Amino acid sequence: MSNSTVFFKNKPRISSTFTIAGPKEGASSFGKHFHQLMADDRFGEDTFEKAECKMFSTCIEKTIESSGKKTSDINAMISGDLLNQIISASFAARDFEFPYIGIYNACSTFSEALALSAVLVDGGYMKNVVAVTGSHFATAERQYRYPLELGSTRPPQSQWTVTGAGGALISDKGNFPVIVSATFGKVVDYGITDANNMGAAMAPAACDTLVKLLKETKTTPKDYDLILSGDLGALGSRLLKKLMSDKGFDIKNHTDCGEMIYNIEEEEYQGGSGAGCSAVVFGSYIYKKLLKKEIKRMILMATGALLSSISTQQGESIPGICHAVVIES
Amino acid sequence: MWNIVFMYLKAFIVGGLICTIAQILINTTKLTSGRILVVFMLAGVLLQSFGVYEYLIDFAGAGATVPISGFGYLLAQGAINGAKNGLYGAITGGLKAASAGITAAVVFSFLVALIFKPKSKIH
Amino acid sequence: MTKYKDANFNQDYINYVKKIAPKTNEARSLWHAFLVGGFICVIGQFIRYFLLYAFGLYGDELAGATSMILIFLGCLLTGFGVYDNIGHIAGGGSIVPITGFANSVCSPAMEFKSEGFVYGLAAKMFVVAGPIIVYGISASVLTGLIYFIIGLFTA
Repeated sequence: MSNSTVFFKNKPRISSTFTIAGPKEGASSFGKHFHQLMADDRFGEDTFEKAECKMFSTCIEKTIESSGKKTSDINAMISGDLLNQIISASFAARDFEFPYIGIYNACSTFSEALALSAVLVDGGYMKNVVAVTGSHFATAERQYRYPLELGSTRPPQSQWTVTGAGGALISDKGNFPVIVSATFGKVVDYGITDANNMGAAMAPAACDTLVKLLKETKTTPKDYDLILSGDLGALGSRLLKKLMSDKGFDIKNHTDCGEMIYNIEEEEYQGGSGAGCSAVVFGSYIYKKLLKKEIKRMILMATGALLSSISTQQGESIPGICHAVVIES
Repeated sequence: MWNIVFMYLKAFIVGGLICTIAQILINTTKLTSGRILVVFMLAGVLLQSFGVYEYLIDFAGAGATVPISGFGYLLAQGAINGAKNGLYGAITGGLKAASAGITAAVVFSFLVALIFKPKSKIH
Repeated sequence: MTKYKDANFNQDYINYVKKIAPKTNEARSLWHAFLVGGFICVIGQFIRYFLLYAFGLYGDELAGATSMILIFLGCLLTGFGVYDNIGHIAGGGSIVPITGFANSVCSPAMEFKSEGFVYGLAAKMFVVAGPIIVYGISASVLTGLIYFIIGLFTA
């Protein structure tokens, strides 16, 4: 079996982050950690898609700005979102002079972008790479579900797409949290068909990647201060714990970004989801903890459900994916 | 006077019960709103094609006409009445009877969509 | 190569997920559906009486005018962004009444206006409610034909 884990020798590091989030995210108890909040979902634009795009370009600009670098120092950006043909990321990239590498792995796009940026920087090919991902509730809702104003009920196992974008600048120099390894996941599908229950569809992929990571880095869950999954939600997290304990691992130090981001009440049911979910949670609260060295070593593993509205209508099951990076402060 | 009060009560209970059946279907089968509407509309067509739904309307008034099954009743009853006048009536009668509802839905939706934009959602 | 499905689908896992997945609060959702659905029908009954006594409408005209007013109200509440909030609470109680039909026509029209008036607003108007028209008209034609054929034999 070939290894899925890439070990970095030259310490690619996260030299700055920036997060921007919507009004709902801002109103939750987690809201105070974000760098910037949008007053409303439209962000001054006339459509939600344009708002999402503006969210991306603001995020890219501010990520670079807060690192003290200039846009001319940036070698490339790696970016993706949830919309068809990843238009938000691509259209935001129009505003910048550096090369754009567009990627899509649903909600796991953020850790995928971090991993690929680290690969480029570690290999010495590039010095500064921006990784940005995001999602928008209104645009995702209409692509995957129903019109906003349709009076339908949300089933209790559903999650709420996060409106927000998070960016991270991966650089070759400076005293910052270091990405030490990346584990690329394989697609895992246990046959879940309910598009409202993405946590259940993604948990097996998360388990697969986490087991592989622990094996290949020769570590145990105890070696980490935090195992942070992307957007499994409350139900998905419970399933991951169960799957891991079936394999003999006890992951007490596991937390989920989707569970953290909202005060889980009636409306969000299982918590947040979307490519923006892990990006805004990691880029704000978690990154600050890394800088203060309150977290010394952690796993960030964003999970993705690789479905489309067409595959769901054709009755296909939902394949899951999970990419993980190990970060040390 | 008591007649009218009693009629409101019957409308409330029958209409409420029809919606409760829909909610049972939603809870147990994960049917989405589009499918629920089709199922209830077809139920109305079927019941009226056996001549049953009109008794429910006589009993409960708006309690039976307001739910989408009442729309199915209109379609079926229109076709049945049309069939008495020949093949042409059998084919066109249903839509003719339902034309008020469909026209209103199209025109009002068009006007509303011209004026309003979807709101930001936090629930 | 074996098919992915046969090799990897995990029925035990699917059953486990079903077991622990949270359920809708059955009693409360039914109660809400009953209350809201009943209330909308009471409004319908009020409009009926109003049209009957104030304008002397009766029969098909009364039924048609009543549903037109309800559809207008459904569209308007959708426009103000209120109807979907009612829907989150009431579920079936706001989907099944004719106002729910209006909501299902109006909400995509509003939503897709951003893609233009022809291919957006107008073309997408029936993405949710289209099936009702398709199956409704088809079923009514079927009913009409059956009655017509029966009529040929009984006349």
